Amino acid sequence: MRFRPLRSRRRAAVTLVPLPALAGCGGVQSSLDVAGEDAAAIAALFVVMLVGAVVLWLLVNGAFLYTSRIAPGQIHPRHARRVLVGGGIVLPVVILTALLVHGLAILPDQRRPGDGLVVAVTGEQWWWRVEYRPPGASAPIVTANEIRLPSGRRTEFRLTSDRVIHSFWIPSLGGKMDMFPGRETMLSLAPDRTGTFRGQCAEFCGASHAWMAFAVVVMTPEDFDAWLEAEAADALPPADDAAARGRDVFAAEGCGACHAVRGTAAVGQVGPDLTHVGSRLTLGAGRSGVALGDYEDWMRHTDDLKPEVRMPAYDHLTDAQTADLAQYLKGLK
Amino acid sequence: MTGRDDGGQPPLPAPSGRYPPTAAMLAEPVPEEVARAGAAQLRAAWATPRGWRYWSAVNNSEVGVWYCLTALAFMLMAGIMALIIRLQLAVPDNDLVSADRFNQLFTMHGSAMMFLFAVPMFEAVSILLLPGLLGARDMPFPRLSAFGYWCFLIGGVFVIGSIFFDVAPRAGWFMYPPLATMDEGPGSDIWLLGLSFIEVASIAAAVELIVGTLKCRPPGMRVNIMPLYAWYVLVVGGMILFAFPPLIAGDFLFELERSFDWPFFDPTRGGDPMLWQHLFWIFGHPEVYIIFLPSIAIAAMIVPTVARRPIFGYSWIVLSAVGTGFLSFGLWVHHMFTTGLPSISLGFFSAASEAVVIPTGIQIFAFLATLMAGRVRMTLPMLWISGALAIFTMGGLTGVMLALAPFDFQAHDTYFIVAHLHYTLFGGMVFPVIAGVYYFYPFFRKKLLSDRLGKWAFWLIFSGFNLTFLPMHLTGLRGMPRRVYTYPTGLGWDWLNLISTLGAFVVAAGFAVFVLDLLRPKSGQPQIPRNPWNAGTLEWSHDIPEEAWGVRSIPHVTTRYPLWDQPQMVARMDAGRYYLPDAPGARRETLVTSVIDAEPVQVQRVTGPTWITHLAAGFTGGAFIFPTFHIYWPAILCGAAAVGCILWWLWTATARPPETETRDAGLGLTLPTYAAGPASVGWWAMWITMLGDATAFASLIFGFFFYWTAQMDFPPETATGAAAGLVGLAAIAFAATWALTVGARRLNRGGRVGGARIALILAPLAAAAGAAALIGSVFDLDPRAHVYPATLWALAVWIAVHAGAGIIMQLYCLAGSLFGKLTPRHDADIWNVSLFWHFVTLSALVACAVLGLAPEAL
Repeated sequence: MRFRPLRSRRRAAVTLVPLPALAGCGGVQSSLDVAGEDAAAIAALFVVMLVGAVVLWLLVNGAFLYTSRIAPGQIHPRHARRVLVGGGIVLPVVILTALLVHGLAILPDQRRPGDGLVVAVTGEQWWWRVEYRPPGASAPIVTANEIRLPSGRRTEFRLTSDRVIHSFWIPSLGGKMDMFPGRETMLSLAPDRTGTFRGQCAEFCGASHAWMAFAVVVMTPEDFDAWLEAEAADALPPADDAAARGRDVFAAEGCGACHAVRGTAAVGQVGPDLTHVGSRLTLGAGRSGVALGDYEDWMRHTDDLKPEVRMPAYDHLTDAQTADLAQYLKGLK
Repeated sequence: MTGRDDGGQPPLPAPSGRYPPTAAMLAEPVPEEVARAGAAQLRAAWATPRGWRYWSAVNNSEVGVWYCLTALAFMLMAGIMALIIRLQLAVPDNDLVSADRFNQLFTMHGSAMMFLFAVPMFEAVSILLLPGLLGARDMPFPRLSAFGYWCFLIGGVFVIGSIFFDVAPRAGWFMYPPLATMDEGPGSDIWLLGLSFIEVASIAAAVELIVGTLKCRPPGMRVNIMPLYAWYVLVVGGMILFAFPPLIAGDFLFELERSFDWPFFDPTRGGDPMLWQHLFWIFGHPEVYIIFLPSIAIAAMIVPTVARRPIFGYSWIVLSAVGTGFLSFGLWVHHMFTTGLPSISLGFFSAASEAVVIPTGIQIFAFLATLMAGRVRMTLPMLWISGALAIFTMGGLTGVMLALAPFDFQAHDTYFIVAHLHYTLFGGMVFPVIAGVYYFYPFFRKKLLSDRLGKWAFWLIFSGFNLTFLPMHLTGLRGMPRRVYTYPTGLGWDWLNLISTLGAFVVAAGFAVFVLDLLRPKSGQPQIPRNPWNAGTLEWSHDIPEEAWGVRSIPHVTTRYPLWDQPQMVARMDAGRYYLPDAPGARRETLVTSVIDAEPVQVQRVTGPTWITHLAAGFTGGAFIFPTFHIYWPAILCGAAAVGCILWWLWTATARPPETETRDAGLGLTLPTYAAGPASVGWWAMWITMLGDATAFASLIFGFFFYWTAQMDFPPETATGAAAGLVGLAAIAFAATWALTVGARRLNRGGRVGGARIALILAPLAAAAGAAALIGSVFDLDPRAHVYPATLWALAVWIAVHAGAGIIMQLYCLAGSLFGKLTPRHDADIWNVSLFWHFVTLSALVACAVLGLAPEAL
């Protein structure tokens, strides 16, 4: 049995994402560590149901234990009928009616439309194509593998998929919604505190389903507007010689056939948009961190990191070329 | 009852003599030499073949045991896969197995547990137990059980074996398209064809179990006193009949897409992956109850024995079981809460899903009330039932949570679901089945299993199970999706997963103890006394040492717990005082009774050991397995050979004119030995099978209207429909086929054999013309272009295939008439064939309406 050392160079993205509340029920991907209206409503519902479930479980199994082990005395059949009617009919009818009224009351809230910003997300194998459509904007702002949201507002997601079914899920903010090829589904989320979270594909979608994740950053509305404006801009030019050489490698290797870097000749639409890849918190849709070494590792070992991914491994590049390319990409802030 | 007055023929003999038997008749002793002669005849008739011929046995006591052990073996293999899955997930970023291998493992784990263990185990246990519970000698169609078993073995080995060649299915056990349809390699085909093959065997077993329960009960056992297990068999058999066909229809469409590129689930050509989800879960949710109800049935047998009193609330339990069966068909959408369906649907299906708690609760509280009102004597089987209750109630309570759509939005497709479903399946299936093994082992092996090892196994499995799956609830709520082959560290999942993995090995240790106890040689162990648990039901009347005949004579049963309430019954059974205490001519026979009141109506010949079932199963296997590798000619040849084997088997062993028309059944009752039409078991089997078949056809029609409502471009504006003239011709031809087939039956019964033969020559011609016209009507459409022509093609092919089967049946009857198997008085075959054609004609006319009229109406 080969257990890979946990502190390998290919450490996963989450270790680099600031973890707000790891203790308790926490975690950046926990539905119990809530940061949005919808998740909070569901978590509250869960607590109610959990308490009820524990009480009912103790009741039924306690009665069973009592009658079979502790006091196996006989009761009169008339009482037996009360047990059957009371436990089998009256109790569940009362409890379930109350629960349905309580639980389904939050359903309409979970399906509310957004109040302005629309984010279109397309599930691909195995990454996320993201388009921001702010109200009044003429063209969408295209990015990938990361979602940034303003807090205190309800953002609407229009979800679809290119080939197979995926499911879009940010546990800290709310429930999930499946993404179908040839169909658009809708979800809205209203984060109420800033922070960094993690979302992940929840519907099995093939070999690398496990590595189809994304970072979620909830910002104040002001920060968000500033970020979106920057995101809409073209890519920055290379900052130094290494990055410039990297840009040339990028062009020579034909990376632009699949990836777009706005403001350059690279306009490919097959893979994730890289215009501002250097500003993202993860690489490879939540696969790795974003140190220079992670970039190099990703380009050399795509298939190891993400089985059956469509991007080929560029292991024929020299170390220097790879380092330059990493420098260039990391500079695309 | 048997003499349908369709013509001038003298009716078949009716039952005659005294029924029910009087106390005086029952008290009269049986002369010893008569008893000895009868026992000798029975022993000769029911002897189990020895040596290598043992494997040609068809008796339920042999086939049932093979079936159980095979299902157990598949379960253990799927369990080992689960251990590998748990090892891979023990620590983050693990690479013990590759992503692809992992995906094959969890797909196969789920598929094997569902299709090769849970459902077959119900059939296996029921085949083994039911004749005992009903005091019958065997199931009504032993060769069908054997055929089903060999199909199951071949199909199961094929499907599960694929994992060793790294080509196992890998799209999850519910095979969602487009992932599964686009998957390269034979994995998806192995799943589809291998499991379709097993599904067909399951339906065959369900038909047999339903007919067995309805028609093979002992005299006097009215439906309201039959053992609860038999009621559950009836409910579950019925559910299989309506639940599996939608999946088979789905498989049919899926395989057409895989093999011939007909785009049923391809959204780029008008298809819709949601149709598969609907068809799959219309099957998949009842499936859960198909697995769960038989286990409740086992509990319903154990609880009264432990409480030493009759079950409390018998009718409540029966009504609840039936209610659960019905409700389970209205819940499937709760597997699809996150697909973006309208809120109104979510609310409706949430409420429906919660409602199923009520019948389930009634059943559990009825057991509780029984224990409270009885004098409990704790036994090992009851320990397992208590464990089942503890685990199942927890799974049920998380089920209540998940049925609420908003909570499901979070929990869906996470480890919370994995925990929930294992709690329901362990509590609702594994524990009760093991309880059943401990309880019924003395029934079929006449030895006891070890109490000590049984307790060890219980505590290991119980504690290991909770160690594995209790933490998974939290793992899921902390955001871990199911079906991930690995995960990064730092998400709060690491320790939880490690604990789950440790627990899984504790469970495995428990199963090792259980299997060891089950399989260890017990030849040195003394035989048990008869009825070791002091139970009240009929199966515990079996002889010790064991005789292959089941019951020495078939008793007259008037109470729910005859061993408690009819004190002299067992002695009289042993003495051969009751029905069928002998077997003239060493023929295997069992008693057929009426459906509601269980009045004796016929002595049915039962088939004996044979190899034809093996050949038929092998060729059927070939017909399903070759297409997996896109090899079609050998598949067609195998299919033809399988049909040939089955025809030979039917011809030589079923519905043959009997040597004597009546038989002295004992206790002064003379019964006919031949029945046709509704009095015969074969007719019931056909009727039940065709209900399933009609359900599959209805699923295809559902598909048509699903596309129509869900897709804007169905039918596409430019599409041409089926050729209306040919569709009309097909409708006329099928109507003519029906008239000719029914006419042939009436002519034959009326003694006009020549006319019947002419009708039986014309009927296949008309059927062939109908099939040809229907295929012709869609022939110019390209099924690969769009889902609309593909759907029309699928309907036409479905009907044409059925017409083909119907033609074979008509020719079989014609041959029967020519060679003396089908006579005016002995016409069971043509009754069954007419019944088949009632259904096929109805299907054909509906298909013609959809093909010919729908384009105008839409």
